[in-house]
Amino acid sequence: MALIELRGVDFSYSEMETPVLKNINLTVEAGEFVSIIGGNGSGKSTLAKLLNVLLVPSAGEVIVDGMNTADEENWLKIRQKVGMVFQNPDNQLVATRVEDDVAFGPENLGIPSPEIRKRVDKALEAVGMEKFKDNPPHNLSGGQKQRVAIAGVIAMEPECIVLDEPTAMLDPQGRKEVMETIHFLNKEKGITIIHITHFMEETVGADRVIVMNQGSIHKSGLPLEIFREIDDLKKLGLDVPLVVELAHELRKKGVEIPAILSINELVDSLCS
Amino acid sequence: MLRNITIGQYMARDSIIHNMDPRIKIVITIMMITALFFIDSFSGYGLFFLSVLVIISLSRIPLLRIIKGLRPVLFLVMLTLILHVFFTRGGEVIWQWGFISIEAEGLYTGFFMVTRIVLLIIFTSLLTLTTSPLELTDGIEYLLSPLKRVGVPASELAMMMTIALRFIPTLLEEADKIMKAQMARGADFESGNIVKRARNLIPLLVPLFISAFRRADDLALAMESRCYHGGEGRTRLYELKVKGTDFAALGVALLLCMVFIYF
Amino acid sequence: MLIELKNVSHIYDDDLKGTEALKDINLRISDQEFIGLVGHTGSGKSTLVQMLNGLIKPSSGSVIIDGVNITGEKTSLLGIRRKIGLVFQYPEHQLFEETVYGDVAFGPRNLGLSEEEVELRVKEALELVGLDYEEFKDRSPFNLSGGQQRKVAIAGVLAMKPEVLILDEPSAGLDPQGRQQLISLLEYLYNNKGMTIILVSHRMEEIARLSNRVIVMSEGEIVFDDSPARVFSEVEKIRELGLDLPEITEILWRLNGKGLRVRTDIFSLAEAVEEISRELRGSSKC
Repeated sequence: MALIELRGVDFSYSEMETPVLKNINLTVEAGEFVSIIGGNGSGKSTLAKLLNVLLVPSAGEVIVDGMNTADEENWLKIRQKVGMVFQNPDNQLVATRVEDDVAFGPENLGIPSPEIRKRVDKALEAVGMEKFKDNPPHNLSGGQKQRVAIAGVIAMEPECIVLDEPTAMLDPQGRKEVMETIHFLNKEKGITIIHITHFMEETVGADRVIVMNQGSIHKSGLPLEIFREIDDLKKLGLDVPLVVELAHELRKKGVEIPAILSINELVDSLCS
Repeated sequence: MLRNITIGQYMARDSIIHNMDPRIKIVITIMMITALFFIDSFSGYGLFFLSVLVIISLSRIPLLRIIKGLRPVLFLVMLTLILHVFFTRGGEVIWQWGFISIEAEGLYTGFFMVTRIVLLIIFTSLLTLTTSPLELTDGIEYLLSPLKRVGVPASELAMMMTIALRFIPTLLEEADKIMKAQMARGADFESGNIVKRARNLIPLLVPLFISAFRRADDLALAMESRCYHGGEGRTRLYELKVKGTDFAALGVALLLCMVFIYF
Repeated sequence: MLIELKNVSHIYDDDLKGTEALKDINLRISDQEFIGLVGHTGSGKSTLVQMLNGLIKPSSGSVIIDGVNITGEKTSLLGIRRKIGLVFQYPEHQLFEETVYGDVAFGPRNLGLSEEEVELRVKEALELVGLDYEEFKDRSPFNLSGGQQRKVAIAGVLAMKPEVLILDEPSAGLDPQGRQQLISLLEYLYNNKGMTIILVSHRMEEIARLSNRVIVMSEGEIVFDDSPARVFSEVEKIRELGLDLPEITEILWRLNGKGLRVRTDIFSLAEAVEEISRELRGSSKC
């Protein structure tokens, strides 16, 4: 059974307005790393909120681990299974101390104190922030704050984490930290990752890339397949990684290069 | 600029006083402050001061830090002293010049009141110096929880306090940034009369409020996504436990209060 | 206009450890320069740019702008702020007026200009950033898209008619189109308006392509101050500082390391394509 399934989902914020999402059909299997990309207003953030029952579809249904999000009784269970990390690192940390923030989710779930202790320590270790457990969050760097936010979700022992543009407000160092962390969680801890971003180069390690445009799924496939059609992506207002564009231009000049995604691959294919 | 304001002057130390249960500390503070108002002699103050000194030495907080903490209220203290010395009448006339005079009663009351204020401030600041804001909130939450039955949302209030404490530094930093950005556009926050100054604050306050609302919105979503559903059924990472030392301290405090009230 | 920093050091008042945010900085910035300022978060670059605008006074040393030592007690900072415009990161967060017009006019009004002059400047500034004056002047800035808000905020600084424009991460969070518009604006201001531009950015491609001088800061000190080609040829040192190279530079260096003799001082995609394909044809691969 699929972990998450969207069937014919429409969403609009009010009846008057044009729908933000139109007939979305999507299945995510347990253990997958799915990247969702799209320009501003493509509906990707709205999609994220549907998975965590922060929004409920106007039509169609969202099924998480067999539970329908339309049923209010399932909400807490679904939110525990599918955790969410947001864009602004400052606006999602609740407590005045790192470990208390990580404990916030488990506390809400009513987990006994000694068990919370264990989970908090484990979660902080998984994101490499155990040294900062007594710090106040506002003294941390952007990347560190996001890692604490991720730890806060992990402490709820979810099966899936949805990250809504987690690196958009970070510097290159912070972006690297967050990307490494989520790939680590996917590979080593088997957590399903749904990563929403507008940086196309961040989708490189994903199992599957979904391109959103104007509320619909424009296409979906392996990163290599998606990157092949550069002009199409540019039309959607997306940033194509420079190395992919360079390879594309070289091909036009008659240089034979296979499909590549990274600098390493380009250099190897040119100088093998 | 604004970043220099420090709110919550908690000093982390490993001491008996720091490790006490916050609820007991709050209760003792309330008891002692109340008792302070029953003291009617300087010898009583002497005893009170002695107990304060014992607590300070146990807490390992440098005395200098506590004295420094008194600086902001220096004005209030001086004002109280001056008002009493010059305006309270009675007793022997000690000094007179025209219609201004200092009388014994005024001098006595003045110093009496000042001592009371200073002791009051030292004692309450000992609470905040040795108890982290987090523990303080927890303590207040537990102490208020009996009131839940009459509809006081104790855990929600405590949650609000925690969030306020969490966001004060963030908002101060933001205010500092906005202020600088407007100053770079020639805004002037430092001159003019009160009306003009208040008007000049608009370019700072409007963006600050907008940002605070945006943050509140984001935070509400984030909390919801982390399964927050009010205080019901919530457990805590740190559960408060009353220890032997807490009972002992409470006993000593009770005894002291009786002494202050009856003698 | 000449900006000069002499032996400037700075320690923040609230920094209990007393770490120097700036250490003995000496720097001259002349007319018609396009400077890229790069460094890690916390390298001292924000302190430096705020100092150029008189928002922070150095703990020691002097900042001389247009012959005036602004560290002196009596200097008019308003005069300095008119000459040197500063666009902070996410400048749209400082919008506060009910109309776009009012917000852009805030700076010029603070300069005490006549209302006719203010209107002229608002018009000009909005047109520079590519917003139609008639269409936008009466709209509320809060109902605009993020990209448009950013433009209004930048117009608010341009309306002061500064001679030097400093921008801190102006393209952060913009989509490719918005970023391209911003780059064109900076190029226009530099080439046609004769402004000196100081661009603080993590996007090394932008820095390499636009600027004619790159200043690299680390731990409060200036590590490099040279042409982009020379700075980005210090590959090892740049990596050591934990900074990225422009992606093109990175690719060309790697190819070079594998024996493909391509030039490494190229920063535009088209030129890089030319160079690589030419070199590949000359020798049979590497």
